[in-house]
Amino acid sequence: MSDLSELYQQVILDHNKSPRNFRKLEGANRTAEGYNPLCGDQFTVYVKFEDDVIKDISFQGSGCAISKASASLMTASLKGKTEGEAEILFDRVRKMLIGELDTKSNLHELGKLSILSGVCNFPSRVKCASLSWHTFHAALKGEGKLASTE
Amino acid sequence: MTAMESVARTTPQAVIKPFNVWRIREDFPILRQKVHGKPLVYLDNAATAQKPQVVIDTINRYYSTENSNIHRGVHFLSEQATAVYEDARAKVGHFINAPETREIIYVRSTTEGINLVAQSYGRTFIKEGDEIVISAMEHHSNIVPWQILCGQVGATLRVVPINHDGEFWVDEYEKLLSDRTKFVSVAHVSNALGTINPVREIIDMAHRRDIPVMVDGAQAAPHMKVDVQDLDCDFYAFSGHKLFGPTGIGILFGKAEFLEAMPPYQGGGDMISLVTFEKTHYNVLPYKFEAGTPNIAGGIGLGAAIDYLSGIGLEAVAVHEQELMDYATEAISGIKGLRIIGTAKEKASVLSFVLDGVHAHDIGTILDQEGIAIRAGHHCAMPVMQRFGVPATARASFTFYNTQEEVDSLVVAIHKVIELFG
Repeated sequence: MSDLSELYQQVILDHNKSPRNFRKLEGANRTAEGYNPLCGDQFTVYVKFEDDVIKDISFQGSGCAISKASASLMTASLKGKTEGEAEILFDRVRKMLIGELDTKSNLHELGKLSILSGVCNFPSRVKCASLSWHTFHAALKGEGKLASTE
Repeated sequence: MTAMESVARTTPQAVIKPFNVWRIREDFPILRQKVHGKPLVYLDNAATAQKPQVVIDTINRYYSTENSNIHRGVHFLSEQATAVYEDARAKVGHFINAPETREIIYVRSTTEGINLVAQSYGRTFIKEGDEIVISAMEHHSNIVPWQILCGQVGATLRVVPINHDGEFWVDEYEKLLSDRTKFVSVAHVSNALGTINPVREIIDMAHRRDIPVMVDGAQAAPHMKVDVQDLDCDFYAFSGHKLFGPTGIGILFGKAEFLEAMPPYQGGGDMISLVTFEKTHYNVLPYKFEAGTPNIAGGIGLGAAIDYLSGIGLEAVAVHEQELMDYATEAISGIKGLRIIGTAKEKASVLSFVLDGVHAHDIGTILDQEGIAIRAGHHCAMPVMQRFGVPATARASFTFYNTQEEVDSLVVAIHKVIELFG
């Protein structure tokens, strides 16, 4: 069961139970909805983006523990980042989730997000973890309302 | 040889042996394997069923010794292939008690069968202002083809609600039927809830108003004796792969009087009798609806699956599955925080459930690590999920090769989920 405990680490279970920034964000100027048609995960990501900085970010919706914890960790790590910094982090996380990033040498940049690195051993769960990130990206880019993992 | 002639070739009476689940399991090579170091417990039969060795061997034999195109060659192999393919069609006809073999149309899947009827029958006979009635428990494949049709012809889709047990609401159905109703399409068995619908009553009520009825039999055909004459349904569709046969092959039964009146679904080879650039004459049933080289191996494999299933006996299958369902329902009902979704009195071997505070997808992953395969998600029935206010369910679905020991493994694994999510 080592794989399973790698996936469902305590931090993930904790973020699932008590997600951070789990609310509608008043004054958000960028929002997007994300949907994973495979399992029905559905999130809205709210971003308050001013002077090239993510002043605040939150999310709402429902999904599995992996998607919820990933969204929660994402909001915590993106607050205060510039668009450029957010893009770099988005790219790192995306690569980490599909196993194309050397997580160990990126620990500093990833911070707490590195606990999601176990997801790459569960191909069917990669979309769960990446949903909120794709949704955030769509919100930031203003690419319409609905982001999808498909 | 025509489809009609092939009836005589069939020997429908299979020898039924006493039911022994352990002996039956030996027929399924895939069940011998381990997943993540644990014996495979396959409880995703409503998604697709496993194949007995005889089906695998039949397909292998076809490609090894019989492979050829059908209905066109004058050579030995083509005649061989045509004979076994048409023989399989006759077996299917007998299996669902169709009056005539020409009423059996080979399609890719239940989904394609429904699309065929929606596009061929629907676009010809359903007009603007007409209404099509389905139920709230339908699979997406019995919703979307009708929505597409409604968009094309200006008809309206009406939906029969289901009660809190997930049962078809007959009174509401009766209220929905009117002079505007021109078609009814319902599931025989719900894939998400397991509910067995009173299709005979549903069909009777529609027929009293001269409304044709299609039955989506994808979940029914593998579990119970289907008799299209007894039901008096006008169309009945099911899939080969849920019936222990190969993927990519399905069956549409249609009453000859309807099929004769319907235009072809697709154009191409085999569905014509004479082609000039001015006009094409269509082939007779069932070939009118079978354009292009079909899934020959699939049809033959399905024939082998039907022989296999008939050898076990659908009555014995139903008894074993009912015992298993009763055992499983009782076993998981006692788990704290677990709620069964779909508690119809008449229910097939589908057990959908949710756990407090744990998403179905997480249940699926944890069970997988125990070697247990279940389905987690909306089961292509999003309106059903909305009806019960859940985003998704975990679904264990049983068939005749499942055992009480496997149910025990499921219960132990669910307790592990609860422990992990504490």
